[in-house]
Amino acid sequence: MTRQQKEIIIKGLFAIVAFVSVMILTLIVVFLFREGIPIFREVGLSDFLFGREWYPTYDPPSYGIWPLIIGSFIVTIFACLIAVPLGILSAVYISEIAPPAVREIMKSIIELLAGLPSVVLGFFGMVIVAPWLQETFDLPTGLNIVNASVILALMAVPTISSISEDAIYAVPQEFKEASYALGATKFETIVRVIMPAAFSGISTAVILGMARAIGETMVVLMVAGGAASIPESIFDSVRPMPASIAAEMGEAPFGSGHYHALFATGIVLFFLTLVFNLIADYISHKFKEVGSATL
Amino acid sequence: MKKTGITFVIVLTLLAGTGFAFAGQNVVIKGSTTVLPVAQVTLEAYMKSHPGVNFSLSGGGSGEGIKALIDKSTNIATSSREIKKNEIELAKSKGVNPVAHTVAIDAIVPIVHPKNKVKDMTIDQLSQIYQGKITNWKEVGGDNLTIVVVSRDSSSGTFESWGHLVLNNAKVTPKAQLQASNGAVVQTVAKNRYAIGYIGLGYLNKSVKALTVNGVTASIETAIKKEYPIARPLYMYTNGQPTGEVDRYIKFVLSSAGQKLVAREGFVPLTLETKKKAPGKKKG
Repeated sequence: MTRQQKEIIIKGLFAIVAFVSVMILTLIVVFLFREGIPIFREVGLSDFLFGREWYPTYDPPSYGIWPLIIGSFIVTIFACLIAVPLGILSAVYISEIAPPAVREIMKSIIELLAGLPSVVLGFFGMVIVAPWLQETFDLPTGLNIVNASVILALMAVPTISSISEDAIYAVPQEFKEASYALGATKFETIVRVIMPAAFSGISTAVILGMARAIGETMVVLMVAGGAASIPESIFDSVRPMPASIAAEMGEAPFGSGHYHALFATGIVLFFLTLVFNLIADYISHKFKEVGSATL
Repeated sequence: MKKTGITFVIVLTLLAGTGFAFAGQNVVIKGSTTVLPVAQVTLEAYMKSHPGVNFSLSGGGSGEGIKALIDKSTNIATSSREIKKNEIELAKSKGVNPVAHTVAIDAIVPIVHPKNKVKDMTIDQLSQIYQGKITNWKEVGGDNLTIVVVSRDSSSGTFESWGHLVLNNAKVTPKAQLQASNGAVVQTVAKNRYAIGYIGLGYLNKSVKALTVNGVTASIETAIKKEYPIARPLYMYTNGQPTGEVDRYIKFVLSSAGQKLVAREGFVPLTLETKKKAPGKKKG
């Protein structure tokens, strides 16, 4: 066997491996659509998306997922309000300000946070945060938007922080040196030079963090309370889409309207995360620093 | 690599396409989603000790199961209600003789926080609370606190039984919190003095207070004697006295080993001897 032949075989092998994983993914998507689409024979698209009532097991059933969509968005947005400043600022501190010893310790702690199973965080939210919230603010329930957002933020911080940190780290040394040479302080350098140069990477980090939060299931299942109604305050319970799917799929009769409706909810979720990823992709290309500052 | 990848895909497609169908001669069990967990765990245990037997199990509702029994398309119909008179007549006209086997009792207990002053409620009060018409504990003799309604996910059997026995199939308020398991309901109610929830009798523990309903305490005894109102027997119906594999399976369900599994799923076993095997270790 010549070297060229070996080369061809190896190339082919890798192509097949890559193809298999794409195939599996495609089949999963096909399956998702095949199981989800039939619901639209029973209910129109706009009634499904914007219907206010989710009563899938009653007769006649109502399959409106609007409260679930709102639930998903609201916890994601609040989680971001908490996680974005925390994540970015800790990334700045770790990569620019902290002395090397502190940096190593903080980095590993944040990575440890990323490794915590979501069920553990969910349990923490359920038995520690919920009663505390309830006592402190004298609320009817501690399983609410605030609780879910805080726990989701804890999960998004490591994602945002580590990707932002990579982006900041990738800002070339020359930029900083030029800034200092012009007499800028460390703070001015961070705000005016490093942050803008790392903008695309940081935005990607934020959006991937959001995608992480919106698709997270266990935490919202355990701590969001699960009321399928549109919330009136940030201390109300909500039922985000993944929680609904996880809670109901196990016992929804195979092939029933309820079963198809849950898969259709999955399709909505799939499109949302897809959009997030496309935006992240777009931003990282659009605002890519040219010249020596490539990410 | 290629081969395993493709095999995996084929297995996936098969699973997706056929659900639980098996090939060849098999015993079909069909019916109530409430009985489904009982049938499932007992069947799993039974098949482990009797390999080589094909069973196919599906839900669809009590009515569907009985319909299938009458059509002779199922060997066992599971049901959370007694067979109706017109169903018996229809069955007789087709030469089917439905025989009932009570396999478990489904008793559901309303629970509140131990510090809640309320001790007893009528079915009607529970129904009003779950429909969102009573929203404050003072309306039912408690403190001036908002009621936080905790319910189960709408496809669980406990939800179905509660909806049937308490709400008379009226809709649960959308503000109700949803928990995905009996254990999670206990956990939620134990931590919240505003809350009310309901669980299978088998999941009751000291962290929560069980309410009496219409003055009757929920227990295995009162459930068996039909004094406790939120309870109903669960049935398996066969065509005539069961024979062969069906007979062996039903005998297994009724055996102490089978009834232990029933208790583990949070239902009331038929015999009192399994009472001490404390169930309810499941957590959501």
